[in-house]
Amino acid sequence: MNATVTRPTLSAHLKQLEAESIAIIREVAAEFRNPVMLYSIGKDSGVMLHLAMKAFYPSKPPFPLLHVDTTWKFRDMIRHRDQVAERYGVKLLVYVNPEGLARGINPITSGSQLHTQVMKTDALKQALDKYGFDAAFGGARRDEEKSRAKERVFSFRSVGHVWDPRNQRPELWRLYNTRINKGETIRVFPLSNWTELDIWQYTRAENIPVVPLYFAAPRPVVRRDGVLIMRDDDRLPLKPGETPEMRMVRFRSLGCYPLSAAVESTATTLDDIIEEMITTRTSERAGRLIDSDEAASMEKKKREGYF
Amino acid sequence: MTSAIPRHVSVDASGPDGPTKGLLRFLTCGSVDDGKSTLIGRLLYDTKLILEDQLAALERDSRKHGTVGDDIDFALLVDGLEAEREQGITIDVAYRFFSTPRRSFIVADTPGHEQYTRNMATGASNSDAAVILIDARKGVLTQTRRHSYICSLLGIRHIAVAVNKIDLVDFSGERFHHIVGDYFGFAQSLGFASITPIPLSARFGDNVTTRSERMRWYDGPTLLEFLESVEVEQALAEKPFRFPVQWVNRPNLDFRGFAGTVVSGTVRTGDKVVVAASGKESTVKRIVTADGDLEEARAGDAVTLTLADEIDIARGDVLARADSRPEVVDQFAAHVLWMAEEAMLPGRSYLMRIGTKYVPARVTNLKHKVDVNTLEHIAAKTLALNEIGLCNVATATPVAFDPYTENRETGAFILIDRFTNATAGAGMITFGLRRATNIHRQDLLVDKASRIRLNGHKPAILWFTGLSGSGKSTIANIVERELHARGAHTYMLDGDNVRHGLNRDLGFTDADRVENIRRVGEVAKLFVDAGLIVLCSFISPFRAERRMVRELVGEEEFIEVFVDTALEECMRRDPKGLYARAKEGKIKNFTGIDSPYERPESPEVLVNTDDCSAEDAARRILDALRERGIIG
Repeated sequence: MNATVTRPTLSAHLKQLEAESIAIIREVAAEFRNPVMLYSIGKDSGVMLHLAMKAFYPSKPPFPLLHVDTTWKFRDMIRHRDQVAERYGVKLLVYVNPEGLARGINPITSGSQLHTQVMKTDALKQALDKYGFDAAFGGARRDEEKSRAKERVFSFRSVGHVWDPRNQRPELWRLYNTRINKGETIRVFPLSNWTELDIWQYTRAENIPVVPLYFAAPRPVVRRDGVLIMRDDDRLPLKPGETPEMRMVRFRSLGCYPLSAAVESTATTLDDIIEEMITTRTSERAGRLIDSDEAASMEKKKREGYF
Repeated sequence: MTSAIPRHVSVDASGPDGPTKGLLRFLTCGSVDDGKSTLIGRLLYDTKLILEDQLAALERDSRKHGTVGDDIDFALLVDGLEAEREQGITIDVAYRFFSTPRRSFIVADTPGHEQYTRNMATGASNSDAAVILIDARKGVLTQTRRHSYICSLLGIRHIAVAVNKIDLVDFSGERFHHIVGDYFGFAQSLGFASITPIPLSARFGDNVTTRSERMRWYDGPTLLEFLESVEVEQALAEKPFRFPVQWVNRPNLDFRGFAGTVVSGTVRTGDKVVVAASGKESTVKRIVTADGDLEEARAGDAVTLTLADEIDIARGDVLARADSRPEVVDQFAAHVLWMAEEAMLPGRSYLMRIGTKYVPARVTNLKHKVDVNTLEHIAAKTLALNEIGLCNVATATPVAFDPYTENRETGAFILIDRFTNATAGAGMITFGLRRATNIHRQDLLVDKASRIRLNGHKPAILWFTGLSGSGKSTIANIVERELHARGAHTYMLDGDNVRHGLNRDLGFTDADRVENIRRVGEVAKLFVDAGLIVLCSFISPFRAERRMVRELVGEEEFIEVFVDTALEECMRRDPKGLYARAKEGKIKNFTGIDSPYERPESPEVLVNTDDCSAEDAARRILDALRERGIIG
């Protein structure tokens, strides 16, 4: 490993973003007793994990990954998750809300709001409490959504995981305030200053594996309320007159499959995706059905503990 | 009306468009009426960073909350939080992103009202340039001065003065030049490296990203041209090498690396480096990254250094080159911006974060505060929320720093409230007050241990806290009598007595109460060193100060006795008639009446005088001393 290398593929601003994120990740390892990295299997999580591997090289990241599984993720996502954990040699914890499971909460009959509340938000809080994590990395970016634009890099949560957007700690320079009292936690967002385009360009430059669902392929979809939903398994009941048809689609954002809309696309490589991004006219979360309920939907969910 | 020609983002910042300037962080300042959010919305829109679904949401919101008739209200695009959309004001810092083929941009959108000075400073702390908006109809206002001063204080070097709403003054060049003349008149003293005035209309897009056809008299850059071309201090790499150690990487016995970010300068393998605080030297052996070793690391690079020698280095240390070291001091002068609701009190202990180091620190002296509108110096005893003052600061252990004007990375610090952990203050160091290394403690031949042997008991502070009239002094007197009878060496420091001498110059404001306890704490510490059991009887209403005294001596040497008597009972006893006078308004800041008492959370001894006599209480305290092995 003593060979000196240059990295012509990384542009000046990606290099800068990479270094800043690495510094944030190291900060957490240095200051917190029991951190965890929330791993949601998506492209942002992929970049975040890749950065964590770099931050501690030649050591492994001194924290586990946590996936909060709603049991409604695409099958491809779960396969990818397990492959990634093995490939990187990191510890992966998977948590499912046992009460939600027992009550049969699901996105189809329970509705997206209840499903998200119980199987994601509540489940996450349960998992953080169960393992006693005092800091949790998330892959959220400020460019995703308006209320996220004001989120801190080190975002304080009072006892009970409550976020108070009106009472956030000022964050000056890179002097992050990592101090908390017992029972309080911090959510850390090392990708705060990355944009969706940055994520894809970095993924390409660094050759980071992503879930195949991001690439266009013929997939069985039905059109509902103007969006394309993939029938990933037969738990998705068909409405009268509906028959899944094979269409060339891909996903810009991955969540529970009945709640993630596909977009028609011919982008089958990272180059295609980046090209598509540059000419696209809709934002990535447009396909996330849980966001569009009302204008301040995300802020409300975040206050309740959603990532 | 000028039609905006949308620009495309680049395929890859390093792609066919040639080398880019990387990332520019800038901030926009101005009050809501100046059209700041509209300007950012316009920049995002013209650089095609607003997408269809966002535009649809924007049109919907414009109808609901908008203020510009049927037009799209760009301000709604950036005012993110619900409360802001409803009130039409920007109360927090929001970050926005856009890029052009030449550069990527991060915009800190900050509020302009005086009560949000801290938010603006937050945005400025990470920015390289600032856009200061002026309403062309109103010209240079008090707030323009305030924004410019804060930018200057936070170390921003390049300013664009955006004279907005130029459409509302008929695109008048005369009006523009008049405003620019006014601005230069006062901004000269602020020391900016460059000031670029631009006439523009954020609402219609004139001179934002495209040159206006309606102001042919103007031949300067558009705002976007300014942002694309402004030279930010690449000089950071040419400054002295500074490397605050973030994390020690020890995967096995053969590897000991120091992970961190080069915050300024460059470092090469073979360079001789020193640990700033200890002066210990070694040589850089390897510069390790996951992508292979480097020969050289520059400002901004996150790397892991290994050294040729095993020297003591921990998180918080700063590595520098031996021939250009930072100053190492435990007292310095700094501008402090206060950001907490609870005022800054000189003497109170805060936790300072500087670089990667946390260290307890106190403001020892507030020299003056600065009126952010007039820049006048005003005498003051405390700093309230959003106030800025020049302070002397003392740290518990020496810290390495450079003056903020020379290096923002090593000259900045934050102050943290030790109970709430809130970020309470932000500081910029101006200069060191004395070299810590020049002050050596006198080594003494007779030490504390030898005094303990002679005395036959251990020293301690018995700290009695509680409301006036709770019985602190009565109980302390009995304890001292009993200790004396047992041959223990004691001394009593009593609130009233101390205020007749040592602390005669102090009153009862919060700031004076803090200083009162600090002095008593220092005196008690000397007596502990002398081997005595010191009984201190003080209301000492604030947790922060009790903790400060606790930290002056060893953990086992501080015994907090909380004399917990109900306020009603104290008022009934009122041995000195003070409560009666306080209730009549004849005594101000009286604890329990119009000044708070913060109850101890876990005192070593809790005495409730409602259910035990003073003699019983004293016995329990003596038992506690025996349990701790202080007396036999």
